[in-house]
Amino acid sequence: MSVVHRLVTPLSKDDIRTLHAGDLALISGTVYAARDAAHKRMIETLDRGGTLPFNPAGQLIYYVGPTPAKPGRPIGSAGPTTSGRMDAYAPRLMELGLAGMIGKGNRSRDVMNAIRDNICVYFAATGGAAALISRCIRSYEVLAWPDLGTEALAAMIVEDFPVIVVADCFGIDLYEEGKKPYQTI
Amino acid sequence: MREISAELIRDTVARLAVEACCHLPESTLTAMHRARECELSPTGRDVLDQLIRNADIAASEQVPICQDTGLAVVFADIGQDVHITGGLFEDAVNQGIAKGYAEGYLRKSSVEEPLFERRNTGDNTPAVIHTRLVAGNRITLRLAPKGAGSENKGALHMLVPSDGLEGVKKAVLDTVRHAGASPCPPMVIGVGIGGNMELACLCAKKACARDVESHNPDPRYAQLEDELLELVNRLGTGPAGLGGSVTAFKVNVEFCATHIASLPVAVNINCNAARHAEAVL
Repeated sequence: MSVVHRLVTPLSKDDIRTLHAGDLALISGTVYAARDAAHKRMIETLDRGGTLPFNPAGQLIYYVGPTPAKPGRPIGSAGPTTSGRMDAYAPRLMELGLAGMIGKGNRSRDVMNAIRDNICVYFAATGGAAALISRCIRSYEVLAWPDLGTEALAAMIVEDFPVIVVADCFGIDLYEEGKKPYQTI
Repeated sequence: MREISAELIRDTVARLAVEACCHLPESTLTAMHRARECELSPTGRDVLDQLIRNADIAASEQVPICQDTGLAVVFADIGQDVHITGGLFEDAVNQGIAKGYAEGYLRKSSVEEPLFERRNTGDNTPAVIHTRLVAGNRITLRLAPKGAGSENKGALHMLVPSDGLEGVKKAVLDTVRHAGASPCPPMVIGVGIGGNMELACLCAKKACARDVESHNPDPRYAQLEDELLELVNRLGTGPAGLGGSVTAFKVNVEFCATHIASLPVAVNINCNAARHAEAVL
């Protein structure tokens, strides 16, 4: 049976070393919401010599673009978006101390190497379970670039957000390993 | 000649947008339950449990099943004995999309231009509208919101006749294998065979938006649907791509006439939130 970790952000390197591909985790604390357009702006900011709107050290970025919140709710439906589109940007953020990412889908070789070399972690949340996941989100506050709408950079406080370790810092990729017992073609 | 007002078209499209995004079709939900029963991977079963709970929450609270409420794809079969009054058909559809996506708290995911500014249009228009003139005095509107996670993993393969059935199977398998975990499996896979470049893609999209319980009426193509499903499920991708025996709920195949020198195969992948809603006016 898989191990279930209870994690509170920010994560230390020691926390990350306990995580193995296939383990389940419940994440609580602040995670940062960013997807395509916010990543582009973060990297442009760094290229200009600027600093990011948040300190990435030990933090997690959740690749998400939520639906608008209904009245009385902190956020709308908020499942993971495809991580591969952020592959061009992710290694740079890991080099700045980012602990990991939450998303869905396969990563590039460069990203997998950066996860291993920088002692980071890549979690998957269940794609399509957006209404269920939004129940774990306590708050959502836009930090930068509100003009991007759903793609703005935001800080979210989550409680027991269920994820699975897909890529650990030991170079194991669950997307490759997980299918092997079931692959007959 | 029967009159149908643009206002009715607008309001119907708005209603369908919310219905499609918040209520998984009964047949897709049945397919999810069936997959839960036969999935061999414990992780896969856990993913399917989450998806079933998610669909229940979305329906009961009228919130989107998935945060990607998609580009709005509208299939409109317009009876040629219909006279649309009070405005243009396409304007009415787009006004309906804007209204439905605003009132339903759905995400606006459309950018006005793909390469330079990529500015969000703010109301999820324009819709992707496929209009067909048909017999009769009714309008059938089928709305199939389509997220990009799955849409981005589709492919067109311009095969030639000698590639034959094996070539078609390989094209589908290669596309699904390459898609991996990104399109949120278990998927519904639409395959369009024949036509030319654009028609094959349209066939694939229609197949994708078809119900999971339907079969192609031609028994040869119905059998191909079953064979392709079995092959795809042997890839081991599994629910959420974490490994398992159910990679797709269904493969739907549509075909059409083609050139003597051509065998186009388009594969359009839909995610586990295989959504659509329909109304007849």
